[in-house]
Amino acid sequence: MISFFLASLLSMQAVTPPNEDPVEPYEHSNANAGARQFEGEDMFRAFHGKEGIARVVDGMVDRNIADPRISDIFKGQDVVRLRRTLKEQFCYILNGGCDYSGREMKSSHKDLGLQAADFNALVENLQASMRDEKVPYLAQNRMLAKLAPMKRDTVVR
Amino acid sequence: MSRGLAAAGPRAAMAGEMRQGGKLLLTGGVSSVEGAAGGGLASWALIAGNETDAGIGAKAHATYVALPDFDLTSGGVAVGIKDRVELSFARQSFDTRDAGAALGLGKGFRFGQDIYGAKVRLIGSAVYDQDRILPQISIGVQHKRADKAPIIRAVGGRQSNGTDFYVAATKIILSRSLVVNATVRVTKANQFGLLGFGGDRNDAYKAKFEGSAGMLVRRNLLVGAEYRTRPSNLGFAREQRGLDVFAAWSASKHVALTAAYVDLGDVATVRRQRGLFLSVQGSL
Repeated sequence: MISFFLASLLSMQAVTPPNEDPVEPYEHSNANAGARQFEGEDMFRAFHGKEGIARVVDGMVDRNIADPRISDIFKGQDVVRLRRTLKEQFCYILNGGCDYSGREMKSSHKDLGLQAADFNALVENLQASMRDEKVPYLAQNRMLAKLAPMKRDTVVR
Repeated sequence: MSRGLAAAGPRAAMAGEMRQGGKLLLTGGVSSVEGAAGGGLASWALIAGNETDAGIGAKAHATYVALPDFDLTSGGVAVGIKDRVELSFARQSFDTRDAGAALGLGKGFRFGQDIYGAKVRLIGSAVYDQDRILPQISIGVQHKRADKAPIIRAVGGRQSNGTDFYVAATKIILSRSLVVNATVRVTKANQFGLLGFGGDRNDAYKAKFEGSAGMLVRRNLLVGAEYRTRPSNLGFAREQRGLDVFAAWSASKHVALTAAYVDLGDVATVRRQRGLFLSVQGSL
């Protein structure tokens, strides 16, 4: 019985990827991504596929870490895991054929004490990163339309 | 946006911490000619200033409308409190230039009015509720005090002071890069209030419509059009709908310029007043 329980735990929780801190087990589900996927391939193409998504996410995270408005939020965070799960989340939402293995928005942000201004600062950094990647402006807004409602689950005060 | 559960960082400070700024570009609207956050002619549901729900913001505007036979200048300030309440003041001056002589008022005769506004956001978020149909809805009042009471009475106006009440609904449709607004204003104002309130033809409050639609063509550029119906209360001069085609450009987080082609129809018996609307706004 106990071994069965352990086995089911292991099926939920893959081995911790290299350079990431282990996390408490949780159930993986694409529903955790917090947004419905786009249909078709236009959006995935607008972001230049997985490589483009990786550049957009890395650019955004680099900006966030360097941004005096919100850099404190990222101190002591597992940024390696953050980059990986964000890339999965973007790729999943952009219908790039990825699965999202991260947590859902509410539980992953509940202790961060985010304000609306923090959320907006991150959006600005994402916009700058998408501009760098030359994602067309209208496609940028279509992506932001998927992400904007996440404010309700991530901003807690 | 998907972060491992970590110890609460230093940001988990006490609730109620005030913060300056933080609003996304153009999501506080521009300054309408009556001083409220909106388009050029229409008052919108957006709250003025760059603040979020944790701060106080402000906006100042200077607007010049150059018509064939008249000039309208407007200047004012608006304060936004926690992206919830907007208090505004605007002073308008309407220069009749040569038309003043033709109207028997004297060349360069000026009508002026002060507009005290208040607006409260009731429900919804124009920016964040992208997964919902519900727009951002605000209610507002604009108390207007015109300065030429004897002239206003002479042309049939019933009062030189009056109050407009409005409800505005604004939605930013990010998936289409559109901004749409619809406002219903209950008003008796003649030429926005410059010619007083109520008249010999009608002295009852009427519900009038203000509609705006714009497209975000770039991060800092909104282009669109507006349409506004107005009462026609005075027998001596019919008043028609106003419309404009505008471009609002954010030069920075703190400076925006609006340029519009505006058509106010007939004004004080002078036909076809179409011209240029220019506005500069500074916001905090």
